[in-house]
Amino acid sequence: MRNLLIFISKYNAFFLFLIFEIGALIIYVKYNSFQKATYINTANDVTGTMYARTNELNSYLSLKDVNDSLARENARLRGMLQSAYYADTVAQRTVTDSIYKQQYTYTEALVINNSVNKRNNYITIQKGTKDGIEKGMGVISSSGVVGKIIFVSEHLSIVQSLLHKDAKVSAMMADTKDIGSLIWGDDLDPKKALFIDVPNHVKPRIGQWVVTSTYSELYPAGIPLGRVINLHAKGGGFFLNMEVSLAVDFSKLQYVYVVTNKLASERQALEEQEKQE
Amino acid sequence: MSRVLIYNLIRFVVLVLVQAFLLKNISLYNLSVPYLYILFILLLPFETPNLLLFPLSFLLGLTIDAFYDTPGLHAAACVVLAFVRVLFISITVQKDGFDNEPEPTLGNMGFRWFFTYAAVLTLFHHFFLFNLEVFRLSEIEYTLLRFLSSSVFTLFLILISSFLFYRRKER
Repeated sequence: MRNLLIFISKYNAFFLFLIFEIGALIIYVKYNSFQKATYINTANDVTGTMYARTNELNSYLSLKDVNDSLARENARLRGMLQSAYYADTVAQRTVTDSIYKQQYTYTEALVINNSVNKRNNYITIQKGTKDGIEKGMGVISSSGVVGKIIFVSEHLSIVQSLLHKDAKVSAMMADTKDIGSLIWGDDLDPKKALFIDVPNHVKPRIGQWVVTSTYSELYPAGIPLGRVINLHAKGGGFFLNMEVSLAVDFSKLQYVYVVTNKLASERQALEEQEKQE
Repeated sequence: MSRVLIYNLIRFVVLVLVQAFLLKNISLYNLSVPYLYILFILLLPFETPNLLLFPLSFLLGLTIDAFYDTPGLHAAACVVLAFVRVLFISITVQKDGFDNEPEPTLGNMGFRWFFTYAAVLTLFHHFFLFNLEVFRLSEIEYTLLRFLSSSVFTLFLILISSFLFYRRKER
């Protein structure tokens, strides 16, 4: 017994190393998938409020870009207004339209923490359960898809950016409607992604838009993801893989919209039921 | 004694803040990312008992993790760093020299020793950090490239900040 104690105290560095290393690895493996609530992230009070404060300062520096993007979006929305169209018939009547019911609503949120240069990138936004945000909702910006919510606290939430090794979005060609998936490539370039699993008979062109497909439950169909810039990315086998330049500039995100799909729970329940049978 | 405590406390806070709010936004060609915060562990006094060194490293890593959204990753890398530090110091420094040189700084130990010390420790920390973060062999070339370029960047910052607070050994 005494020899054991002497042995341990002689090599105490090694044993301490083992204890703390195992502790750290347990935390890493257990919490890294964000399956469980943890306080070691930017959604907790201390780090969250600190990032919110610095973001207030930083936001002044990018006011011009934010302004530009808002002006562009305004112009686009204005083009969709009733007043942008002229009536070519004289007869006018009001129709109470009961065909359309709202499926998607949007919650605007401020980005307070963001990264683009790691293997797995996360974005922290300043909206939480109090504002109706839930885990699994889609996040878009005025220029395209950003990611999805993976962790929510009362006032803040964490978004898994598209720049993440687990991120996969169901996508399609904007004009030909050919379906595939969009993932982030191996080379960690925050401006590019891969559009994979497209059937071989498709004839894509450079410059074609890739948008979200109608299959996705997180995003409305037709939200831009990027444009095709290279038709023959590596790998693929029986499928076509293409390189896409992303529509969103992730390094300059300031405001995003969280998408609430009113039919999401109904769809999940339905697909769950199908799985059980 | 209390002066050492206060110095290290301030160093901890300043390095964490610099890392979380300044260096987090810096990267060269999306390849090279500096992690200057390890300077805190490098500069702990020689006489820090292991029983304190490991918890401190673990705590520092966990604090950085809270800002980087990577629970456990930096903590694991920092504990490796602390272990390498213990080995390196036990090999290169004589025990009885501690009275004259309480802290392993550039001014106390000379450029050659400090450079080797910082280089070896940074390489170990970064190698562990990047490989644990990616955890895939298929991207090994890219990971190694990131690890090497980041180590150079970090080492560069460590040397610059050491020269900035350079104090020659009083004789």
